[in-house]
Amino acid sequence: MATAIQRRPLSIGEGGLIAAMTVAALVCLIVVAKAEDQAMAFHAALATLASGAAAFLLIKRYTERGEAIPQEINGKPNYQLGPVKLATFFAVFWGLAGFLVGLVIALQLAFPVLNFDLPWTTFGRLRPLHTSAVIFAFGGNVLLATSFYVVQRTSRTRIAGELGSWFVVWGYNFFILIAGTGYLLGVTQSKEYAEPEWYADLWLTIVWVVYLLVFLATLWKRKEPHIYVANWFYLAFIVTIAMLHLVNNATIPVSVFGTKSYIVWSGMQDAMTQWWYGHNAVGFFLTAGFLAIMYYFVPKRADRPVYSYRLSIVHFWSLIFLYIWAGPHHLHYTATPQWAQTLGMTFSIMLWMPSWGGMINGLMTLSGAWDKLRTDPVLRMLVVSVAFYGMSTFEGPLMSIRAVNSLSHYTDWTIGHVHSGALGWVGFVSFGALYCLVPWLWNRKGLYSLKLVNWHFWTATIGIVLYISAMWVSGILQGLMWRSYTALGFLEYSFIETVEAMHPFYLIRALGGALFLIGAVIMAYNLWMTARHGEEAEAEPVGAGARLQPAE
Amino acid sequence: MNYTALAHFAQTWGLLYFVLIFAGVLVYALWPANRRRFEDAANIPLRED
Repeated sequence: MATAIQRRPLSIGEGGLIAAMTVAALVCLIVVAKAEDQAMAFHAALATLASGAAAFLLIKRYTERGEAIPQEINGKPNYQLGPVKLATFFAVFWGLAGFLVGLVIALQLAFPVLNFDLPWTTFGRLRPLHTSAVIFAFGGNVLLATSFYVVQRTSRTRIAGELGSWFVVWGYNFFILIAGTGYLLGVTQSKEYAEPEWYADLWLTIVWVVYLLVFLATLWKRKEPHIYVANWFYLAFIVTIAMLHLVNNATIPVSVFGTKSYIVWSGMQDAMTQWWYGHNAVGFFLTAGFLAIMYYFVPKRADRPVYSYRLSIVHFWSLIFLYIWAGPHHLHYTATPQWAQTLGMTFSIMLWMPSWGGMINGLMTLSGAWDKLRTDPVLRMLVVSVAFYGMSTFEGPLMSIRAVNSLSHYTDWTIGHVHSGALGWVGFVSFGALYCLVPWLWNRKGLYSLKLVNWHFWTATIGIVLYISAMWVSGILQGLMWRSYTALGFLEYSFIETVEAMHPFYLIRALGGALFLIGAVIMAYNLWMTARHGEEAEAEPVGAGARLQPAE
Repeated sequence: MNYTALAHFAQTWGLLYFVLIFAGVLVYALWPANRRRFEDAANIPLRED
């Protein structure tokens, strides 16, 4: 067989990657041998196996493949869908895992016995596992999948490079594996949403730079003269996350053979850097990236162009200009200079404008097509996500006002706010995008069952409502109890009394989380059945040439 | 350059710089001659290939 087909020569990228992976496997093996702690030995062993397997698969891919992959087939772009499918699979997988861990820690708060008195299963270790799994693993893979899909479709060109996008998806998920297992083993640099230690951060930096290069190179070879607005949002997300990641993780390891490192910033500077990072992770990961999804998938599903393209340009630039300054509102009433607190608060309030501009743009895209909401639960999911975006971005600036923050800070109100954004906006817009993507990617006529989407929609919506209303009540209750004084000027309640008062709301919250998880399980089943047993669409698949590619 | 000088620069020229860029964005987005281009761009996701 091999003699009949003219084999493509080994490209520089392929050869380089094979060499790099081989060297990485050897270097990691040395680290295993010299590791100073068990976690490092374990992670280096995982890295040895992963890079060895990558080198092996790359060589196998080279020896087994046939002719060069065409850029176009019959005049149509030959889109690369393999990495998109892989990231879609990972998104659903990590989503289920992350929601499940969330439910476990919600129950731990209500019933502390569920900590099991084991170091690996305590709340302190499972909580970052939950946040990273839902934000970076679930959300991140949704962003990888949709960005690689959208940039190809709106540029009308195959993605740049054959291996780059594969490297990004596998590399990113390897980072997730290292981060997640690290938390369970107690490896953390104690920075919220940036817990992974120095070696995981370095690996993510490499993956992220490749992501940026693949994205830029694909835009560079586009056939469409204009760069569609969704790509602007994706690009802002990629570039800003790179910058935030580098500055907030400027650490010096104690030893290259150990997990522990120390940050170069100290004291107040460190706190400011952390919340500049933390808030912009919300702004550019959870907002800009998912707004890109909104700007592609809502028009696509409603089959109407976005309400106002001009508004989308103003939306983009005002969001970019304002978000980056809002971080200090996480540090009200601390040693942060007063002017910096005021600056953070003011910029947060100004963010009302782009947030609502964006929400209106998304919702009004349906003008003249509102009837579709009755028949299409996927579109309903997307629209409700935009409504949640509007709601949580209204609440956020409100909470950033210093006087309001004095009540809300450190209470469950914050948790409720975060989840109205995370479950309502990020979750629903991701589910909507996944419901659109899977039939497109696997070339199906439609979803396996719209009825199940409806079930998912309602279970998840009721779950969110239970969750956020429980946290509002619990948070405000907690805040008011903390600040109430007796006539003699003593605190009226002890801390444990506030904890007791919150117990019923913790139960309601766990129930809400359970409903949200059930909804996601329904989705996973539906998507699996769509990909495996759905009816084949008649038209040519968008990436017909994908079949010519070797499996990886 | 010390902190005060940097803060002064940011609060004056930095502010002006950002306001001008943003004004440029508004002019670009609202310029009447660009209307057609943007209407065309809005249809990019809907065009089949």
